[in-house]
Parts: sequence; structure tokens; C-alpha cells
Amino acid sequence: MKVAVLRFPGTNCEFDTQYAFEKLGHSTQLVWHENETLPTDIDLVVVPGGFSYGDYLRSGSIARFSPVMKAVTTYANAGGKVLGICNGFQILTEAGLLPGALKRNNDLHFISKHQNLCVINSDNAFLNQCKNGEVLNIPIAHADGNYYIDDAGFKKLEENGQILLRYSDSKGNPVVVNGSVTSIAGVCNEDKNVFGLMPHPERALEAILGSEDGVRMLKGFEA
Amino acid sequence: MTATVNVFLKEGVLDPQGKAAHHALDSLGFAGVEDVRIGKQIIIKLDTSDKTKAEAEVKEMCETLLANTVIEDYSIEINE
Repeated sequence: MKVAVLRFPGTNCEFDTQYAFEKLGHSTQLVWHENETLPTDIDLVVVPGGFSYGDYLRSGSIARFSPVMKAVTTYANAGGKVLGICNGFQILTEAGLLPGALKRNNDLHFISKHQNLCVINSDNAFLNQCKNGEVLNIPIAHADGNYYIDDAGFKKLEENGQILLRYSDSKGNPVVVNGSVTSIAGVCNEDKNVFGLMPHPERALEAILGSEDGVRMLKGFEA
Repeated sequence: MTATVNVFLKEGVLDPQGKAAHHALDSLGFAGVEDVRIGKQIIIKLDTSDKTKAEAEVKEMCETLLANTVIEDYSIEINE
């Protein structure tokens, strides 16, 4: 698999993301935000975490106008797979490639810890190696992860199986972490080729470092 | 001309910062605070003297970048 990893001023998870996919045996290529095109023959675009443009105005609001994002939109609209992690999720919602928006955490804190997630829908190109109801342990690290969507939008998400992950306890019961609507931690678009989540699967690859559950998540794209 | 843009979270969208400030005001003994909402004010200097044109342009700026209309409302005031 060939993975393009985007890089904006302020991105800081691009090397972790490269490490993760290379560890799984894939080739990766960093793509600077000023590029107007994506590399050819790629299988996946990852918009990694960080603080693009210092989170000025709103997280992701300026990065989404970078030249490379036009290419990403074209790629996604043609069915190409895109994964946004943390700030990448924020950028994809700002770009309108994913529904909803990410607000400041309810308690206003930057939350950085390992967090259980319950898999809500695994019938997609991302979570197909996981089972519905399965609990994964993945680190989170964000200040603006409070997912908001209006009632009509939420209903649509539920009906189309676009809710991918919820923050949960070890048994899979939803827990309030940052104030997200129904504890949502990750969603996808209607066509199920654009995915976004606040947790960091690329930071959960080795059991000795706390969890290797991220491997199963990222491996989904191989299928 | 100067445009003053106010951006606030929509009514019904919980404002965590406003809520925190509200709690702080309560605990400082300021009685009778019913609600606190915190937003942003953006001041834009424009080189035009055409008010209608300025208003249209700033509206487009808001829709495109300055506000995220999924969660935020905005208001525009144009001054000479």
C-alpha cells in the first residue's frame, strides 16, 4: 500500500504516522501543504495530527484552504480513501468532507491519556479488522475534540452507520470524555471513504508502550 | 471602512468557555448572572468606501472562513 501523509505548518504527528504505516509494511510519502497534487498511485491519504497554523481562528480552519486540500477533495470525491486523525479530523470537518464540527472540550482542558473506545460500526474500509462492540485502548490528546452535530445530522449519521467509535468504559458503555454528542470519537462520510477520529491509532502499535490496538485499526485499509 | 464581525456559538450549542466564566462569576459573588457567552470579535479594515459592497464582501468572508456555520452565528457591522 502507498500512503500519502500530509504536512502543514504546525503538523506534528506526520513522522509517527509514517512510522506506523511503514511498520505495517507500507510505503509512505510526506506531502507538503503547498503541493497542488497528490502523488500518483496512492491507496490512502492521511491528514495527521498536530496544530496546523497554531489552531488560529478555529482548529483546522486555515489548513483546509491549503493548495493540497483541493487535491484531497478531488481525490475523496472520486472515491479515494482519506483518514483524518485528531487535527486531521478537524481539518476534514472544516473542509466539509466530514459532517459536524469539533468544539473546545467541555471542561476546557487539553486531555491527554489512554482511552477506551467502543467500535460502533466496523462495516467499512477502516475498521473492518475490528468487531462491533469491541473495546479498543487508544491514546487521545486534544483540546478541541467535542464533536457537535445538529439533531437532523445526527439522525442521518445513525441511519447510515457513519458513527464509527464512541468513548467508552472497558465494557463498551459510553462515557463522557470531552462533551461530544453521544460520546462520538470518530465518524465517516456518507460514501464511507473519508474517515475522521480524535484518538491516535498511530500511537498504539506496541503492547510494551501501553497498547497495540492501533495496528488492527490501521490494517483495515489493507483489505 | 471598518467591518466589525462578531462570531458566537449558536443558541443551543453549549459554550464551554461561557459556562466556565459564568461559574467563576457566581463563585466571586456576582449575583443574578443568567447566562454568559464568549465569542470572537474580528475587525477588518477595507479599502472600499462602498458600504453595500463592503457588506457583501465581509459576508462572504464570514461564510468562507471567519465563522463555521455548523456551530457558529455571526453579525457584521460596517463603519466609515
